[in-house]
This record gives sequence, structure tokens and C-alpha cells, in this order.
Amino acid sequence: MDVAPNWYLALSAVLFTIGTFGVLFRRNAIVVLMSVELMLNAVNLTLVTFSQSMGDPSGQLLVFFSIAVAAAEAAVGLAIVIAIFRSKVTVDITEINLFKH
Amino acid sequence: MDLSTAFPTLVTDLPAAFSMSVVGLVGLAMIVLDAFRNDHPAIPWLGVAALGVSAAWEATHLGAPQSTVFFETLRTGGFVAFINLIILLTGLATILLSVPYLNQLRYDYGEVYALIMFSTVGMIMLGSANNMVSIFLGLETMSVCLYVLTGFIREDEGAVESALKYFLLGAFSTGFFLYGIALMYGATGTMALPAMAAAELGTLSTRLLFWGGFALFLVGFFFKVSAAPFHMWTPDVYQGAPTPLTGYMSTATKAAAFAALILVLVHAVPGGEWQLSVAAVAVLTMVIGNVMALAQTNVKRLLAYSSIAHAGYVLVGLSAGTSAGYAGALFYLLVYAVMNIGAFGVMSMLEWDGKEGREQTLSSLAGIANDRPVLGSTMGIFMLSLIGFPPLGGFAGKYFVFAPAVDAGLTWLVVIGVLMSALSAYYYLRVVYVFWMQSADDVEATDPVRAAAFPRATVAATGTLVVCAVALVVLGVFFGGVLETTLGFFESTAMATAP
Repeated sequence: MDVAPNWYLALSAVLFTIGTFGVLFRRNAIVVLMSVELMLNAVNLTLVTFSQSMGDPSGQLLVFFSIAVAAAEAAVGLAIVIAIFRSKVTVDITEINLFKH
Repeated sequence: MDLSTAFPTLVTDLPAAFSMSVVGLVGLAMIVLDAFRNDHPAIPWLGVAALGVSAAWEATHLGAPQSTVFFETLRTGGFVAFINLIILLTGLATILLSVPYLNQLRYDYGEVYALIMFSTVGMIMLGSANNMVSIFLGLETMSVCLYVLTGFIREDEGAVESALKYFLLGAFSTGFFLYGIALMYGATGTMALPAMAAAELGTLSTRLLFWGGFALFLVGFFFKVSAAPFHMWTPDVYQGAPTPLTGYMSTATKAAAFAALILVLVHAVPGGEWQLSVAAVAVLTMVIGNVMALAQTNVKRLLAYSSIAHAGYVLVGLSAGTSAGYAGALFYLLVYAVMNIGAFGVMSMLEWDGKEGREQTLSSLAGIANDRPVLGSTMGIFMLSLIGFPPLGGFAGKYFVFAPAVDAGLTWLVVIGVLMSALSAYYYLRVVYVFWMQSADDVEATDPVRAAAFPRATVAATGTLVVCAVALVVLGVFFGGVLETTLGFFESTAMATAP
């Protein structure tokens, strides 16, 4: 069964929006990190859809790099969250406010 | 597709990736050496050698003609060599300044220097990109290394908090950036920058897709160069990160990201439809940066707001959209790199609180110039140059970003820019005033042990600061040669057309 590319694009736009709202409104650093990953994966879906519908491989090429980058970011991000947890014993980002504005 | 020539092409193109390979391979060698002894004294010097050799190689390629290598994914030629030279020399200065600083904090681990090298590789790729894939990869290689460098002093909660803020907001902006690339790709069907400009945007929906994507793409870039309103992370991150690395973050990162932005504006969207949006961001950036800097008592936070303001000045040059504007922006990036790495360098040598200077006020350094005349006078030169005081480099730089904007009809923008730089004199001169004119008796309760807690000023570190100060005077007097070189990059491409 063929599904029109527009449906995939709409799905990825919805996922991207869910991710954005997750980053903006969640307070747990781990959940924020997961929301960022959701945003990146939504973009991957967009790239693959365009790539497939245009018959051009360079979009899928970028997806490979983007998966690798997302993995590296997750590793660094979790390490930073662990370092924060060690000193503050919380991962609530509203309580991480050492610098005054 | 015929792949029989692929391998020979890769081999012949290899010299174009000389700096990238040397810096990357030496970074790997440092990691290996670090595995045997993590404070091996040779590790920073390996980095200095690699960056020095690469910088010399790039300097000989300043006059090279522009072309592309590796199947049109990377560019070569004068423009790339110029940006790489800024990045490599900034990395060199950073390593020399980091050695005494990290020794003092007992954090002189090899992986710090290796991460500086890897981040430099990312910046070089970003500054020579000719393809959206290269831009994304370069930007992320650079950023992921910088997230780690920000927070590597993990016993200090301030450093880790900065790293978390930088990481979360950086990853968030990466999402927008990547979505922008995806939409532009969907509209044009290509990842290569010149092919994007050539693509037909026939229907209304294709045009919407492209410009929507381009807007998201710009958001990602404005975040990386800390332009308002995407600057919120900058003060906290700069205040909490280790000081010499803050200098690196504020100079080399900006040079690389602005270079990629110029490449995109010149090659992928040469029409200049973006002019007013960039001008609006420039105004906002200059005003917010300068006004917020007025009230700061911590010098690192002050310099963070000042670096936001300076991103605004570079954006003024870009919004002109002419060859002269881009050439002026390149010149400004060079001058800015020299003066800002110097200013953060001086602050790293004058740090006594053991918390990356985040709790150290400006007045605690009252009269320090009398004890440390070399640091005091170089700081004076950096501050005057940041104001844009003739005959220092900052004055020439500001002139060459403002003049093309006037020619392009953006007089209102330049008026705001000049007013804002006049305002900036207040907070820069206050630093000079406290360093030279005040004494420890004028302020209550300075820490008596502060002098003992300063990092030991090594010859290499002090020498770097003196070289930066001298370079600013030289750039301010003999700017003609450099500016002609940067102008040449855009005339030979013949693609930078006035909007």
C-alpha cells in the first residue's frame, strides 16, 4: 500500500512539535533530553521522505550522520546530567539556577 | 554513476584536507599518550606543533584560487585558508594560555587538549563547507566537543551547570537547524549550496517550504553566534566555563559559524531577500548586548554580553549583502578573535577564586595593573580595541563593517551601531579604570591571598598576550593589505552581487 509523502511530512511535523513543547515545558532534564531526540528523529523522517519521493540519495546520507550525531549528543548529555546529579542530587532544571540574571 | 575514478579523486584531493587531517590525527595521538600518563607535559606542545604547522600551511594558500574538492562537499582557496588561519591561530593561543591555568586548577589532563583539537577539526569543516551535510557535521563536531569542554571541571557545580545549559539549548537549536536543512532540501532537491541557488522555486508552496526552512536554518546559526534573541545561554555559559576555553568558544566558534553563514548567503541564497531580517537581528543583538553589559560586575559576564554585541557588528556587515560587506565582516572576525582571546587570556591569568572566576568581581582586581604591568597594559589595549578606539584594530574593523552598510542604504542601522559602540566605552573603560586607577584600599575586603592564587604566568602565556596586543596595533595601522586580500575572495567568486 502506498502512502502519499504528505502524510509522512505531517507526521514528522507533529512529532517535531511534540518534541519542541517537551523541551519548553518539561522540568526533568532527562525528559528534555528525550524530547530533543524526538525532534531530531522527526527531522530524520522528513529527510527520508523527501529523499525517497525525489529519488535523491543525499537526504538519506544526512540521516546517517544525524543518527550518529544524536548518539554522540545523548552520550555527552547523559554524562553532564550525571555530573549535575552528583553535585545537586536533582535533575529538575528549575532548581539549577546558580547564575543570577 | 561511475565510481572507477572515485578513489584517485579522493587521493588527489587529500592536500585540501591537510589541516583537518593533521589536527585530527594529532588529537588522536594525544588521546593515546593520555592513556599512559594523563598529565604528560608533551601533550599541549604536540597540539601547539600541529596547529602551528597547519597554520603555516594555510598561510601559504591565502592566494589560492577558489574551487571545490571531495565531490563538491568542501571548498578550497583563499576564503577557506583565511578562516582556517583564524581558527588555527586561536586554537594555538588557547592551548598556550590553558597550560598555566589548568595547572593551577590541577586539571591539566590530556583529553582537554585533544578535545580542543577535535573541536578545531569541526570548525575547519564548518568554515570550508560547500554542502549542507558538511555544515551539519562540522557544526556538531564543534559543538559536542565544546559541551564537554565547558563542563570538564566536574567538581565545580557552576561549570557543570553551564555545560547543562549549553548542551540543552544547543541540542534544541540543532533540532531547528536540521529541520531547516530538511525543508530547504525538500524544496530544492539538493544539498549542495550552489545548486540550491540554481534550483527553481516554481510554486507558492515550494517557495514557502524553502523560506520557512531557511528561517529555521538561520535560527540555528544565530544561536551558535549568540545573536539576540537567541543569546540567553551566552552569559551563563561564558561565566561558568574555564576561562581560556571561554575565549576559544567566543572567538573560533564565531569565526567558523559566521564563515559558514557567509558561504550560505553568498552561494545558496544570493538574492538578498534576507537583508532586512538580518538587519533586524543585528539591531536587537547590538542593543541587548551593550545595554546588558553596562550593569555587570563580573568581568567574564561583561565580556559575554560584549561578545553578543560584537556578533551584532558582524551582522551589520553581512546585512549589507555586498562584497565589501562580507570582506569587512571577515576582517572584523580576525580583529575580534585577536582582541577577545587576549581579553579572556588576561582574565584567566588574574583568576583567584578557583571557580572559573564566576564569583570574582571586577572590583576585587582593583589596582592589579600596578602589580602586573604587562597584564594591565595588554588588557588596556584589548579594551580600547573592543571600544573601537583608533588606531587599534577594532576601529578599522568597525569602519569596514559599517561603511558597506551605509553604501547599501542601511544608514539607520549604522547610526544605531555607532551609538551602541559609544555606549560600550563606558563598561570597557571601567575595566581599565579599576585595573589602573583604583587601588586595593578603594574597595572593601579584597581577598588577601588573591595574588598567591593566580595562575603562574609562563613566558608562553604572557608572550601570547603581548603578541595579540601588538597584532591589534599592526592591524589597526596596516589594515590595507588584509582588507584587499579579503575583498579578493569575493571578487574572484563573482557571486556576491548587490541586492
